[in-house]
Amino acid sequence: MSSPGHRRGRRETGAVQSKATLADRLDAWRSHHGLVATESLRRLLRAPGASLLTWMVIGIALALPASLFVALENMQQLTAGWDGAARVSLFLEDSVNEEAGRRLGQQLARREDVAQSVYVSRQAALEEFSQLSGFGALLSELPENPLPAVVVLQPSLGASSVAAMEQLLLQLGQLPGVELAQMDMKWVQRLYSLMALGKRISLALAFLLGLGVLLVAGNTIRLAIENRRDEIVVTKLVGGTDAYVRRPFLYTGLWYGLGGSIVAWLLLTLLLWWLDDPVGILADLYDSSFELQGLGVSGSLSLALAGIVLGLAGAWLAVTRHLGAIEPR
Amino acid sequence: MIQFDAVSKRYPSGHEALNRVSFRIERDEMVFLTGHSGAGKSTLLKLIMLMEQPSNGQVLVDGQNLRKLGRRQVPYHRRRVGVVFQNHQLLFDRSVFHNVALPLLIAGYHPREAARRVRAALDKVGLLKKETCNPITLSGGEQQRVGIARAVVNKPMVLLADEPTGNLDPGLSSEIMHLFEQFNQVGVTVLIATHDLALIARMPNRTMTLRDGQLFQGQVAAAGAGS
Ligand SMILES: Nc1ncnc2c1ncn2[C@@H]1O[C@H](COP(=O)(O)OP(=O)(O)OP(=O)(O)O)[C@@H](O)[C@H]1O
Ligand SMILES: [Mg+2]
Repeated sequence: MSSPGHRRGRRETGAVQSKATLADRLDAWRSHHGLVATESLRRLLRAPGASLLTWMVIGIALALPASLFVALENMQQLTAGWDGAARVSLFLEDSVNEEAGRRLGQQLARREDVAQSVYVSRQAALEEFSQLSGFGALLSELPENPLPAVVVLQPSLGASSVAAMEQLLLQLGQLPGVELAQMDMKWVQRLYSLMALGKRISLALAFLLGLGVLLVAGNTIRLAIENRRDEIVVTKLVGGTDAYVRRPFLYTGLWYGLGGSIVAWLLLTLLLWWLDDPVGILADLYDSSFELQGLGVSGSLSLALAGIVLGLAGAWLAVTRHLGAIEPR
Repeated sequence: MIQFDAVSKRYPSGHEALNRVSFRIERDEMVFLTGHSGAGKSTLLKLIMLMEQPSNGQVLVDGQNLRKLGRRQVPYHRRRVGVVFQNHQLLFDRSVFHNVALPLLIAGYHPREAARRVRAALDKVGLLKKETCNPITLSGGEQQRVGIARAVVNKPMVLLADEPTGNLDPGLSSEIMHLFEQFNQVGVTVLIATHDLALIARMPNRTMTLRDGQLFQGQVAAAGAGS
């Protein structure tokens, strides 16, 4: 009935319990974390129905903003080359002769915010127009050339910087000899503005749904805390610190978040697969080589991280609110 | 080792469970605490392990005034005090082994070292064969012994036992008492609350008697005769 511990000197007994070395303790701490992590996961898997439900809820809440972001990424990819399509036409007054017009074209080409500028004389404009329109015969009947001379220029800003573009347009319109400055590709700008708006909307949505994920995780963990009341009480009775009592619930939150991310990732992959064919057909019709892009590695990692952070935060919320109230009586 | 200075405990309900209780228990002592049901025995033990706070007076353990312990220090205090609870406080979602291992894992022992100590403790209470059982499948007396194994597994300085022999037959009771004596002999301060006057009568140890929250030092028989 007596163990080595009890053959020690009388006075030593109190100190015996803390004789583990630092390295031992570190090792024990690591294996303890591993144990708590796997045990919390095992606990979730033991109630697969309830856990799956939570994972689905979190997954759907994460998938919504994630798919919006993916859609926007794809839009951006698709329209990336389109800034170049923005062109400004400067219609010159009739009083500006050909030489002055050509000079204006060269001057403008040297501006920093102008990538390229070409002077098109009245004669050249007429030729181009009759060629493209097929009204050549009709035009030759007219007593004089109705078309103005034009300087066509391509801004270096790109259509995405709407304000700067408006500014440029205003300046150009006020140049001497310029009758009217007109932007050809206003709709590209509108598209970009819409995409910027879409980005904001998905950010707001991501924020709200993220909050939802946090609350779902928090509430689920509040219930888990309630269910494990006895265990918490006994743990505190035999000397468990707050951190020790908290730990399994934080890991549970982590698993909820990570599982939710995986569900979101699967949903998103399914969605992309579902859309891949029609997008391909559409791209073919437009002679485009566009291909739908998925989340990619960094996107997937971000999604997982977002889920984990939200799950942990929800768990933290629940734990700080409810664990303190459970004290042994 | 344990010192009470004029300690009173009034529960929120207004009931005064302890009334100006003062005593001292030395490091190498093993003391019995007895008294009628509701006399305040469990309350006194709860004050020592900070499950309750005294309304008045001071409790000192190993020279440390418990009033001065911060919330963060409470767990470390509890690790030095092993407790056998009147209602066992076992967890029925895990095996006997894991119940006993809990204080060791909390204290940061490596699972291997913890396992060795758990088996030693279970061996001492004669339950090594039941280590994989769920405590709910054990008899009351066996559950009690699991509680004892858990209380001593971390080699505490102070061992408190609330009715540790409540569910045991006389043979087992004296075996458990013998076990407590052994712990006492290696320097553990032992305080046992019990109704079992026959058992106390057989033991040479000092007995403290509570009556309606007041303490009467001395022999049980004398205190009983005085009423
Ligand atoms: N949490 C509580 N709230 C209010 N009153 C309490 C509380 N705990 C105990 N009491 C009261 O304090 C008194 C002492 O209780 P305690 O549990 O200390 O008695 P005891 O001596 O251990 O009795 P027993 O031998 O039956 O276990 C009792 O009258 C009880 O009703
Ligand atoms: Mg009691």
